Amino acid sequence: MPDQPFPSEGAIAGSGAGGAMNLAAGEAATLDRPPSGLPGGPESTGPEGAAPSAASAERPRSLWSDAWRDLRRNPVFVVSALIILFLLFISLWPSAIASGSPLKCDLAKAQQGSAPGHPFGYDGQGCDVYTRTVYGARTSVMVGVCATLGVAVLGSVLGALAGFFGGLWDSFLSRITDIFFAIPVVLGGLVLLSVVTSNSVWPVIGFIVLLGWPQISRIARGAVITARQNDYVQAARALGASNSRVLLRHIAPNAVAPVIVVATIALGTYIALEATLSYLGVGLKPPSVSWGIDISAASPYIRNAPHALLWPSGALALTVLAFIMLGDAVRDALDPKLR
Amino acid sequence: MGQYVVRRLLQMVPVFIGATLLIFLMVNVMGDPVAGLCGDRQCDPATAAQLRKEFGLDKPVWQQYLTYMGNVFTGDFGTAFNGQEVTELMSTAFPVTMRLTIVAIVFEVVIGITLGVVTGLRRGHPVDSGVLLLTLVVISVPTFVTGLLLQLLLGVEWGWIRPSVSTAAPFDELLLPGLVLATVSLAYVTRLTRTSIAENRRSDYVRTAIAKGLPRHRVVTRHLLRNSLIPVVTFIGADIGFLMGGAIVTERIFNIHGVGYQLYQGILRQNTQTVVGFVTVLVLVFLLCNLVVDLLYAVLDPRIRYA
Repeated sequence: MPDQPFPSEGAIAGSGAGGAMNLAAGEAATLDRPPSGLPGGPESTGPEGAAPSAASAERPRSLWSDAWRDLRRNPVFVVSALIILFLLFISLWPSAIASGSPLKCDLAKAQQGSAPGHPFGYDGQGCDVYTRTVYGARTSVMVGVCATLGVAVLGSVLGALAGFFGGLWDSFLSRITDIFFAIPVVLGGLVLLSVVTSNSVWPVIGFIVLLGWPQISRIARGAVITARQNDYVQAARALGASNSRVLLRHIAPNAVAPVIVVATIALGTYIALEATLSYLGVGLKPPSVSWGIDISAASPYIRNAPHALLWPSGALALTVLAFIMLGDAVRDALDPKLR
Repeated sequence: MGQYVVRRLLQMVPVFIGATLLIFLMVNVMGDPVAGLCGDRQCDPATAAQLRKEFGLDKPVWQQYLTYMGNVFTGDFGTAFNGQEVTELMSTAFPVTMRLTIVAIVFEVVIGITLGVVTGLRRGHPVDSGVLLLTLVVISVPTFVTGLLLQLLLGVEWGWIRPSVSTAAPFDELLLPGLVLATVSLAYVTRLTRTSIAENRRSDYVRTAIAKGLPRHRVVTRHLLRNSLIPVVTFIGADIGFLMGGAIVTERIFNIHGVGYQLYQGILRQNTQTVVGFVTVLVLVFLLCNLVVDLLYAVLDPRIRYA
């Protein structure tokens, strides 16, 4: 095997046209785009696909270590990763930076501006906006992370199977995907979640997974189809590898990059979706603490107390921005065309 | 081409049936529509049974679906529980949302493509980086936040526009709501145009056009733009359907009595006929937009047609 990773056919989702950003039409772009070269490092494809590492002194770097090197030097990645780490921290230990309780409110202080110890002021119920904004991170992060995990697992398994086996299951899945795409998301959320009386994040997560998986499954399907045609897959088959081995050891490592990119960007949009649904009154409901609820509650008296709306809005926008920037940076790092 | 159209039309049928069936099932999960009819009180069992029979709700779901679809294709979307024809609600709501969508699309085309061309031609320039960062920020701020903030600033603080829209909703009152509705898509259009322009700028036909000595504006408009706009057209076409369905948030903020408003009311009051009817039409609009886009794509790009 040459030192240089041999070019394999693997399309990074929506690489060129900002397609992955464009969550609505990105999938179509992926499918129509001619496959771009993606160095599927032989070292990542398991023993059959790779030469024995005789020349281990000069091992070619894998796609991932290359990407990691790029990412560490990318200021956009560093900034967004720091923001996300901070968010994870405060969603695990909100009490570390906010001492009070988000549900402790004093009506006498309703709509007042900032005061010592209460930098963001009070909302319409006299609750401390700072504490509520800090505690609101947990809901958003939880919805974003859990929904993305669910969507990514479900979508990539179904999509990969469709791409790998083709045939009837593939055409069936493609039609199902089309059906889900035809339903406006916010509308579906209003209809389905309006029945839910429970006050936990799980119905919202379940709904996002239900309507979100087709997006990932399309990406995964496309990636698996392009990876399937590679020589090393043929070689593995010739050596008698089973379907599951080919899929897991040879195709999956080379098809996972686009899924990761789209999932990261989707995470940001899911957080925004949760806030939108909560704003419309069907996502989470009080006494849950969520930025969407706070923004919705603050909107009627936006004129008297704009701060009660601005702080949670700012936190929400910053969070979504951080995840989208992270996804953007990861996409750039994983797209060898830009190297 | 004819074959292609027929194939696309046939592909639409299962998607339409599937999507409407899915919505039908979802709405059925929404709870007992008859319970919503008696207000807050519990319905008298005999009355409930009578109503159920009257609306055909005692039949199995698949049968209800078939009956409903049969009616829809004869133009009968049923009656809302307050006795108003759903088609009547639609005839007042859809024109409003249509106007809102048109305003949004115009913003997308004019601002989005202009910014995309300007940045795509100056890749790496400060203008480019600035606009790119701006699009990221715009994408990250959810529509309801943008809407509330612009309403506060332009409508309440500075008094440039009326903060809420009247029932008639003429075009000039829909300017700001249209912009708010368009913001996220506008950012996508900008990014898409930018990438597309930047990619095509290095292509051979552009170099040939420049070598022929054509003036710059002619190279850009005739050669570069025409080829670069193909993906943008696709996006905008598909976006029409998304905007109409997504207008629910914008309509709520600016109190516009369009499709989103009617749907929201329908869901709150458990008015299944309204909800199913509106969503069916929205799905149909979405599918038709996609069909038109695909056909347009085939016209614009011969590679698709002969594939």
